[in-house]
Amino acid sequence: MTEPILELKNVTSAYGRIKAIRDISLKVYPGEVVSIIGANGAGKSTTLMSICGVLKPEAGEVWYDGKRIDGLASDLLPSRGLCQVPEGRRIFPRLTVEENLDMGAFFRRDQANIEHDKNRVFQMFPILLERRKQHGGTLSGGEQQMLAMGRALMSRPRLLLLDEPSLGLAPLIVQQIFRIIREINETDGVTVVLVEQNANLALKSSSRGYVLETGSVVMEDDAQALLANPDIRKAYLGE
Amino acid sequence: MDFFFQQLVNGITLGGVYALVALGYTMVYGIIQLINFAHGEIFAAGGYMGVILISWLFAQGYPPFLCLGVALLLAMGYCALLAMALEKLAYKPLRQSSRLSVLLSALGMSIFLQNGLMLTQGVYDRAYPGEMVQGGFEVGTVMISYMQIIIVAVTVLLLVALNLLVFKTRIGKAMRATAQDKTMSGLVGINSGRIISITFAIGAALAAAAGIMVGLYYGSVRYDMGFVPGIKAFSAAVLGGIGNITGAMLGGLIIGMIEVFAAGYISSEYKDVFAFIILIAVLYFMPTGIMGENVDDTRV
Repeated sequence: MTEPILELKNVTSAYGRIKAIRDISLKVYPGEVVSIIGANGAGKSTTLMSICGVLKPEAGEVWYDGKRIDGLASDLLPSRGLCQVPEGRRIFPRLTVEENLDMGAFFRRDQANIEHDKNRVFQMFPILLERRKQHGGTLSGGEQQMLAMGRALMSRPRLLLLDEPSLGLAPLIVQQIFRIIREINETDGVTVVLVEQNANLALKSSSRGYVLETGSVVMEDDAQALLANPDIRKAYLGE
Repeated sequence: MDFFFQQLVNGITLGGVYALVALGYTMVYGIIQLINFAHGEIFAAGGYMGVILISWLFAQGYPPFLCLGVALLLAMGYCALLAMALEKLAYKPLRQSSRLSVLLSALGMSIFLQNGLMLTQGVYDRAYPGEMVQGGFEVGTVMISYMQIIIVAVTVLLLVALNLLVFKTRIGKAMRATAQDKTMSGLVGINSGRIISITFAIGAALAAAAGIMVGLYYGSVRYDMGFVPGIKAFSAAVLGGIGNITGAMLGGLIIGMIEVFAAGYISSEYKDVFAFIILIAVLYFMPTGIMGENVDDTRV
């Protein structure tokens, strides 16, 4: 098999003295959609923040694209193609929709391509074009999720980390968001790591999945196998 | 009524200068929530750099506008570098510390810089070459000096340039993004350390210009000239809503007006008191200021 685009080797991260994740190892291969599922507080977001350099791991290694990246400042990663849409979307509330998108392309200098990508985002999410001059903070939750994804796409990611893209959204919007996730994975070949509490939805869109419990990986398998697993069905799929 | 219009002209001149200094407070506060107490000293350093450069250039026989222009640019550049060094030495190492520690460091830097100016430049007033720009004209009975015209023109130019920078350029957008969410701005590839440094530099450049103009307006500079105008400009920033760029401009203008009118109509002895009465009243009755939270859209 090919080399993984992302690999975590026994990563432990802590907030102060409290260890939020312990000894996490996982691999993501180019072109995959991989889910990380687990309950509230299982360490899913902490895992993503440890990958992105927001949180410096206490132990272990993070490898991306053949290079070790743990300890690197977060702002060095987007230009290498590693982007995150964080929990809560974190739209810049007092920048306009268009300025938010511009920030996704902050490190880029290829103005013509930036305009092209912006138009593509507007095609994917026409509502953003309509609200182009509005402040990000005035958008609804669903629109903010679209903007957050659009902003990440403006970085032309090769690996996109999505933290709870469905949280708090109406079912119709969730469907739209997941359709876009599949589209960017299949059409653009973007590798996706999907963190979700909605395990059913996440696993159905993924090839493989990891299950996190209290900061550790307790299970990893093909998405289909996890969906069929009685323990998983009981714990995460509400059966 | 003539007196009123005369004071109005004077108020605009002074208010514009306060606005320039207030912007430095408000931008730095917007991005790292620090009241940079050393900002008044940067203003003074700009005034001194101005007097040194202008006196020398003027003595060489260069025309006044050239002297002024070159001195402005060089002093702005000098103060920008000074503020970046200050930030690197005194504030950056404390980024993870409590806000009180950084505030104390700022106070220390204020004292350090003021004493530095005193030791290197002496304790006495230093005169600007007053003969450089003389005269003026009258509109009715209102006297407007050429110096006032220059000051207002430079101020307006700088305020417009700053607005364009902050609201139209890539760096300006990154500054606002960093002020709004440092973690997220990192995640889109913005180096927040560099943006903070640039913010200090811009605020300092504006303060340097203001220092030169105060020197020109009053005809001299002194090592402690930054203290009172510094607090007044800070009051202006608070009045406008700290962290808000338009608010700082508006606050500066209001404080300048109030000071000039209070001096004219009430008592010039107490002119300094009014700015501080405003500061206390704003903090007491509307701590978010005129354009504070939820009102506006021009916070950085």
